[in-house]
Amino acid sequence: MSVQATPVPGPDRVEGAGARRLTEWVFRVRELGIVIALVLLIAVTAILEPRFIDANSLRNLALNASIFAILAVGQTLVIVTRNVDLSVGSVLGLSAFLAGDLLSSNPGLALPIVFVLGIALGAACGLLNGILVTWGRVPALVVTLGTLYAFRGIAFLWTDGRQVNAETLPDAFLNLGTDSVLGVPFLVLIALVVVVAVGQWLRDYRAGRELYAIGSNPEGARLAGVRSDRRVLTAFMLAGALAGLGGVLFTARFGTVDATAGTGYELTVIAAAVVGGVAIFGGTGSVYGAALGALLLGTITSSLIVLRVEAFWQQAAIGALLLVAIALDRLVGLRVDAALRRRSARRAS
Amino acid sequence: MSEPDAPLVELRDATRSYGAVRALRDASLAVRAGEVRALMGENGAGKSTLVKVVGGVVRRDSGDMLVDGRPVDFHSPHDARDAGIAVIYQEPTLFPDLSIAENVVMGYHPLGSLKRIDRRAMKRQVQGLLDRLGVRLDPERPVRGLSIADQQIVEIAKALSFDARVLIMDEPTAALSGAEVERLFTVVRTLREQGAAVLFISHRLEEVFTICDTVTVMRDGAVVHDARIADMTPDEMVRRMVGRELSALFPKQDTAIGAPILKVHRLTREGVFFDVSFEVRAGEIVALAGLVGAGRSEVARAIFGIDKPDAGHVEVDGRRLPAAKPLAAMRAGIGFVPEDRREQGLVMDLSVARNATMTRMGVLSRFGLIGGGAENRVAREWSSRLQLKFHRLENPVRFLSGGNQQKVVLAKWLATEPKLLILDEPTRGIDVGTKAEVHRLMSELAGRGLAVLMISSELPEVLGMADRVLVMHEGRLTAELSRAEADEESVIRAATGQVLEAAA
Amino acid sequence: MQADTATPPTAAAPAPAGRRGDGPAARVRAAAGRWEALLVGLILATAVFGQSVSSEFLTADSFTTGSLDLSEVALMALALTLVIVAAEIDLSVASVLALSSALMADLWNRGLPLEFIMPICLVAGALCGAFNGWLVTHLGLPSLAVTIGTLALFRGLAYVVIGDESVTDFPATWTDRGFGNFADTFVPNTMVLFAIVAVAFGVLLHATPFGRSVYAIGANQEAAYFTGLRVKRIKLILFVLSGTVAALAGIVITLRNSTAAANVGVGFELTAITAVLLGGVSIFGGRGTIVGVILALVLLGAIQKAILLSETISSYWIQIVTGALLVGSVLGPNIAARVTEARRLRSRQRPEEG
Repeated sequence: MSVQATPVPGPDRVEGAGARRLTEWVFRVRELGIVIALVLLIAVTAILEPRFIDANSLRNLALNASIFAILAVGQTLVIVTRNVDLSVGSVLGLSAFLAGDLLSSNPGLALPIVFVLGIALGAACGLLNGILVTWGRVPALVVTLGTLYAFRGIAFLWTDGRQVNAETLPDAFLNLGTDSVLGVPFLVLIALVVVVAVGQWLRDYRAGRELYAIGSNPEGARLAGVRSDRRVLTAFMLAGALAGLGGVLFTARFGTVDATAGTGYELTVIAAAVVGGVAIFGGTGSVYGAALGALLLGTITSSLIVLRVEAFWQQAAIGALLLVAIALDRLVGLRVDAALRRRSARRAS
Repeated sequence: MSEPDAPLVELRDATRSYGAVRALRDASLAVRAGEVRALMGENGAGKSTLVKVVGGVVRRDSGDMLVDGRPVDFHSPHDARDAGIAVIYQEPTLFPDLSIAENVVMGYHPLGSLKRIDRRAMKRQVQGLLDRLGVRLDPERPVRGLSIADQQIVEIAKALSFDARVLIMDEPTAALSGAEVERLFTVVRTLREQGAAVLFISHRLEEVFTICDTVTVMRDGAVVHDARIADMTPDEMVRRMVGRELSALFPKQDTAIGAPILKVHRLTREGVFFDVSFEVRAGEIVALAGLVGAGRSEVARAIFGIDKPDAGHVEVDGRRLPAAKPLAAMRAGIGFVPEDRREQGLVMDLSVARNATMTRMGVLSRFGLIGGGAENRVAREWSSRLQLKFHRLENPVRFLSGGNQQKVVLAKWLATEPKLLILDEPTRGIDVGTKAEVHRLMSELAGRGLAVLMISSELPEVLGMADRVLVMHEGRLTAELSRAEADEESVIRAATGQVLEAAA
Repeated sequence: MQADTATPPTAAAPAPAGRRGDGPAARVRAAAGRWEALLVGLILATAVFGQSVSSEFLTADSFTTGSLDLSEVALMALALTLVIVAAEIDLSVASVLALSSALMADLWNRGLPLEFIMPICLVAGALCGAFNGWLVTHLGLPSLAVTIGTLALFRGLAYVVIGDESVTDFPATWTDRGFGNFADTFVPNTMVLFAIVAVAFGVLLHATPFGRSVYAIGANQEAAYFTGLRVKRIKLILFVLSGTVAALAGIVITLRNSTAAANVGVGFELTAITAVLLGGVSIFGGRGTIVGVILALVLLGAIQKAILLSETISSYWIQIVTGALLVGSVLGPNIAARVTEARRLRSRQRPEEG
């Protein structure tokens, strides 16, 4: 065999480019697909019911999606590391009631403090989840299933059947739920800030990138020196903190809160993330996609209402959408893997 | 204080055991700067344990390890990395969803203002590494979809990013095409020129002879030979890897050979094996010999239906088997003792009784019910027949010795009264005593009309037991030797592909 | 490979465990028995606690009402046991229960007799299970994700079928059976049903080739496949069983409460899974017994009853305790294993063979 002094300019360029184009295309399609679906959905609904795209209606759409988007951002962090957090709905409920209870008993309380407390409560719940998953080595499914129950129970215990009424809450607080800043509702602004902040963190900071590494190849991450336990713990804490934020905003928006606030939210949030391209196996996905997913799910709900389709189709629709998203991801993944395998086999023989 | 020309890394009399199994016995090895040393040996010879010790994945039980002449102790792979040792495993440890650049720098991204990742610096840094290796890859493309060859390059780049001076490559060419191997060799030469030390684990003799300067041969956990490549021949190499005392084995008795039970017609699986055809007759023991990676286990799996072949078919007793249906193969009378006892042959957490009866549950059940009594009875029968030593039938098989575990697998398949038994490395990881028992058993079974297809990397076993020897090399059958024709010489030549070359 | 020559070949089991050869055996036997013994202990402790909280705890009436409450969860837990032993999971059971109830309501409104409706509901449940199973075995999707999706889909369908309505005019003959007791005893009919199903599943799991296969698949799917076990088919059957039993539970709850609606059974899957894991079934598959799950159900029922009877402890504690038990049932063994491992390492460091 001859010794070559210069590197063999293998078909790397061509093959690499082809493979890259293929996989990039697959990833881009997702976010684009959601935007297209969104536009189509709005267009179709608007044609059938022109009231759908009046300013008020669209505003409501954005408002409804905001809280889910915030929760979906937190869920993304957890799912990316190959875990799941089923307790977000319960955490939101706890935080929502905390905010409402505090403000109705102390109307003069500074609003920022309420936010801080709500977020802190959420973070504490997330911390518990994280410790059980990382130190306790209990699968995230089991942990968050258990805390879903436990936190909800605590919420019931604490509220003791009481309810916070909108009348008892200070106007300044309730206005947060409805006011706009430069035409953009405050709630939507907060959601945008959260999405962008976390999105940037995931993109441009080591700790964020390591979350993807952990989900993409946990063993590889360990070998690469990533402190997986610490990162996963952080992810759970952030998810909890964001659920806490969501809870406070929930109370600001709806005013009336009882112990059932947020029941069932975890499902919608997970569906939003998965539909938005966050792979259930971890390693990929962006908070932008998750937020778009939340927007899409919210739009579906609103469309159904406006078109006077029985609201009962909503849950079925969400479930079906989630299944389709997962199945599609899997089928596409199989195709891509097979195509790449064939390419390598051809080169090898 | 490090000595100027001490080896970059050295092991002295290192030992490592896993329970009763001694994976490393007084192993000594040294690699110097600018040296490419081959590490050769069969599966189970101790190579991977040695690599794990040097790579900091496991700790040695005794012996010394020195880096640059100074004694060291690694508690984790990070310690090894900090000492400048990088291991490039067969299984990639890359993140498929992230870019090449990110894979290389993960955990140590270059940072810019406000602790943000400086992507341009990252790209530059990785591009520089790739250029240094003389490879053209786009640092920003995702790793997913990269060929194994390219993934290896990324792993090497990763190692270089840590200023690794010792690179250990575990079977790097196993999945590479000719051109990719060339490229890898160029990279290795570049590394050598730059003063790195490379430990190159491979089964491919031609490659070892092409790229390596020195070789260490291991067998049964010990280092049996250490020489310069220039002073060795391929035959000698193989002999050192597989040579064993023939006395410990039980030769096959002569039996009347009957009709063909198994007929394999032009079986092909793309990229793995091509155009394989052969027969096995009743009462016959056919050995499938060859070096690791020749495709023998894959052929066996295709016959049994675990993997689907791309072309060709299999006939048992004249009837064609549907492809990729293990159940059909079982019903036709094939039993398959796989290579990987722990992951494929047995369910480790289940008991001896359960494992042994797993193939016959339907038969053992009455009115659809099966009980511990019937299972234990059958297990006990087989245990005495095979002289299986166990403490309690209810114990998980995990606690049995390798030899006894293998007996459980055999019991499981013999209970189905097969017509053909495929055994993949039947005596690997088994003590000498049990080995002899297994051989005697095989002989007995053949004597009773069973057709046996045995895959083995142990020459004496092949030569002692087989009526016919089929040799494979890189996915093709290169020789069919009768018992009289088969000897070390002929088998090794066919196994290393020299038969083909000689014809040219 | 000089594998075992480090120790002289003896008639006993492998070298290291040789002298402690009683160790593995005793450990295995004890492990299975130990967990059940622990559960029995906890049940007794709860009984003591319950009795101290209310003198009505250890009464027949208490048993009757307490077990009635758990009827559906108990049924679903039985089928879930097999699913989890096979290393899968089914979160959609409560939704199938709801769908079954909704179907009962709808078909009843259309005038079909109950004797027709009930088999139809069971078939619907089986179909739901088959759908889950198909997605898992033939599309290769993870059962966690799939059943999160079908949890929503099936309950959504329940709402589509019957909306917000609830139907309450079922015939007394049937509803009496639903909440009534067997013969003149204090044992509810639903418990008799549970006993029958429990025996059936117990026999299926512990005394049939099918059950043996389930354990093998859960413990090592690859080895099971290499032994010719039909992994896909068996898993599909398990999901169908889970769906069918969930539908049965839907019928039971409808008759018991004389109400059919789409919002029944919310959260039941959680209690059912808790019962299964608490019963000693490993979330990773391959281990566990029906007896353990039954004991866990008794424990959960006892705790629930004790809290309900107590005047000082709010009934919301039931949820909290259930959640804690769920986590504890996995956390406990983890910690115990780590302690044992640490102890073993320490003893190994003592100089043994030269």
